[in-house]
Amino acid sequence: MGIQDTGKYRLHLMLCAGTACVSNRSFEIKKAIEAELKKHDLENEVAVVLTGCNGFCAVGPVMTVMPDEIFYHSLSEENIPHLVEEHFLKGRPVKELMFTPPAEESVVPKMSDIGFFANQTLVALRNRGLIDPENIDEYIARDGYRALAKALTEMTPDEIVEEVKESGLRGRGGGGFPTGLKWSFCRGAEGEEKFVVCNADEGDPGAYMDRSIVEADPHSVLEGMMIGARAIGARNGHVYIRAEYPLALERLELAIEQATEYGLIGENILGSDFNFHIHITRGAGAFVCGEETSLMASIEGRPSEPRQRPPFPAQSGLWGKPTNINNVETWATVPVIIDRGADWFRTLGTEKSPGTKVFSLVGKIANTGLVEVPMGIPLRQIVYDIGGGIPNGKKFKAVQTGGPSGGCIPAELIDLPVDYEHLTEVGSIMGSGGMIVMDEDTCIVDVAKYFIEFTNDESCGKCSSCRDGSAALLAILERICAGQGRESDLQLLEDLCVAIKDASMCGLGQTLPNPVLSTLKYFKEEYEAHIIHKKCPAGVCKALFKYKVDAEKCKKCGVCFKNCPSGAITWEKKQVAEIDQDKCTKCGICQEVCKFESIVKE
Amino acid sequence: MPKLSVEDLAKISERVRKTTLLRDGAGRAKITVHMGTCGIAAGARPVMSALMQEVEKRGIQDVILTNSGCAGLCSREPMITVEIRDEAPVKYVDLTPEKAIKVLDEHVIGGNVVQEFVLARGSEKEA
Repeated sequence: MGIQDTGKYRLHLMLCAGTACVSNRSFEIKKAIEAELKKHDLENEVAVVLTGCNGFCAVGPVMTVMPDEIFYHSLSEENIPHLVEEHFLKGRPVKELMFTPPAEESVVPKMSDIGFFANQTLVALRNRGLIDPENIDEYIARDGYRALAKALTEMTPDEIVEEVKESGLRGRGGGGFPTGLKWSFCRGAEGEEKFVVCNADEGDPGAYMDRSIVEADPHSVLEGMMIGARAIGARNGHVYIRAEYPLALERLELAIEQATEYGLIGENILGSDFNFHIHITRGAGAFVCGEETSLMASIEGRPSEPRQRPPFPAQSGLWGKPTNINNVETWATVPVIIDRGADWFRTLGTEKSPGTKVFSLVGKIANTGLVEVPMGIPLRQIVYDIGGGIPNGKKFKAVQTGGPSGGCIPAELIDLPVDYEHLTEVGSIMGSGGMIVMDEDTCIVDVAKYFIEFTNDESCGKCSSCRDGSAALLAILERICAGQGRESDLQLLEDLCVAIKDASMCGLGQTLPNPVLSTLKYFKEEYEAHIIHKKCPAGVCKALFKYKVDAEKCKKCGVCFKNCPSGAITWEKKQVAEIDQDKCTKCGICQEVCKFESIVKE
Repeated sequence: MPKLSVEDLAKISERVRKTTLLRDGAGRAKITVHMGTCGIAAGARPVMSALMQEVEKRGIQDVILTNSGCAGLCSREPMITVEIRDEAPVKYVDLTPEKAIKVLDEHVIGGNVVQEFVLARGSEKEA
């Protein structure tokens, strides 16, 4: 099978090979390490293990050296000879490559001592950074497929459904619908042929939780699907994965191959009467295919447009048969629930939202990456203890959750517990887990415009309310950002949003107004600044601010003049520079290069 | 490749247990071979290789073998430190591959400190 057996090595270098680190040359770093190991005759003592995404994406490529758990970051091929000689040969970990958390003064060598990692609770991501996802034996060694064995030999299908119901697991794709209940509908539906489907389309901009799970631990998803199939009475599973995830697809296909070789997929699995086969369909770039009825249409080869529900997929789904669709993270959590029990799962999180959730913490935050936390954790802990706060001393403004279907949570609500109920209460949603942090330099109207631009582009076009409604919203927002807003726009935006939500058939249309509604609710003054005062307080909307030279601070050095790409600055030796507003394209280069902070936005 | 039975899952777990323990940082005992420049010059690498081979040969699963930098007492290298869970660390000095294997056998596996090679028990105080 060509699987690496790492048992006889004394050092395991867990090198992250998630897509982000790979694009920063993880594969080349592996080759460099192996070459250096050979030079020092260490190739039989030290193993390089490529793992899936370890989560700390801001500082990749990352590597954890086991057994001592030393965490290295921002690696490049140049560091490798020194690293191999100092640490792996002479046993002296290299301080320069260790991580210094934002609030600290010195390095923190051990991964479990670093705030970003220490404050997380891993359930769906239990194997991340610890196994080679291309080696099924390592998954098995960490209790993999043990839940499947239990489900097949010690439980009846009804008992499996009960256990998942008891656990209170809710759909992690964004809907938050009780998973066990959904399974029971499908189990009870009429029909001999049933299907389970995994939604790995993950269309929200900035969200990559599902990609990470599939890249780091594909078997957890497969095992979950098989347990679900057994519970529901399905013999076939479909994974719908977006085409933009080639590495995840590769790992998934290899996992299926290895599981099939071991007889864990196929006929009479683990000696039982359970047969299961799995098929993969690749997406083709449409956000709407994250919506379940469009997803099924795409698998069937029909145009991907949503349809009316009822009938729900549990009654009539793929090819008209009862179908249970769940998100990647939901499937990945199922094996742990069966293995350790519903009661254990309920010790995490809150009563109505048990368990944990994976978030992709991105935007204006020091520790960008993938985090898994118990439900109900205060937002403050995610932003500061795990995220390390806002960089460059900027003021925290808001967090956007739920992607294009979600809303903004302003800074004054920073102590909000993060769970389904509280987020909905304040006008946002949990969504699939995207969490975008914003600071004082983010224009909230621009953010709303960004999301409407996205959903307008991705609208399938079936419903006028979504197709034309989003275009109308976009036109208004563009006018506002260009300095042509009218006072009546505020009410018009709100009325439009309500109409779009009411009249659209699927979740895309029904939720696309959320970013606008929530920003109108919490940041009305910012809209008013744009509309009434024709100003953009954050300094983002180009039509609403100017770059100006502060004559008192200007040192007359001419650096701005020399760097302006549009020839918009006039300057002569010993004279204050001046910006011609007609020629200025607001690129901001002059402000960047000025060493004396003499160029300001106003 | 034969199809797996439920028992096979446990067997694979057992076979890969060493890897799992090492990555979880668990393990009943830890042997640290000091390999600063002085250690290497004095012959720490053959000591490391010998220990690795012996562990492999005897199929020992729950002992972690690792290296570290110079321990400070360069004149007595090669040195190893043996840490058994819940016991004070023990430092051994002036080792050879054969002596190291004796330590593995009698102390790490057998539980008895090998007095003739011992330097000291316990750790240094930190500032």
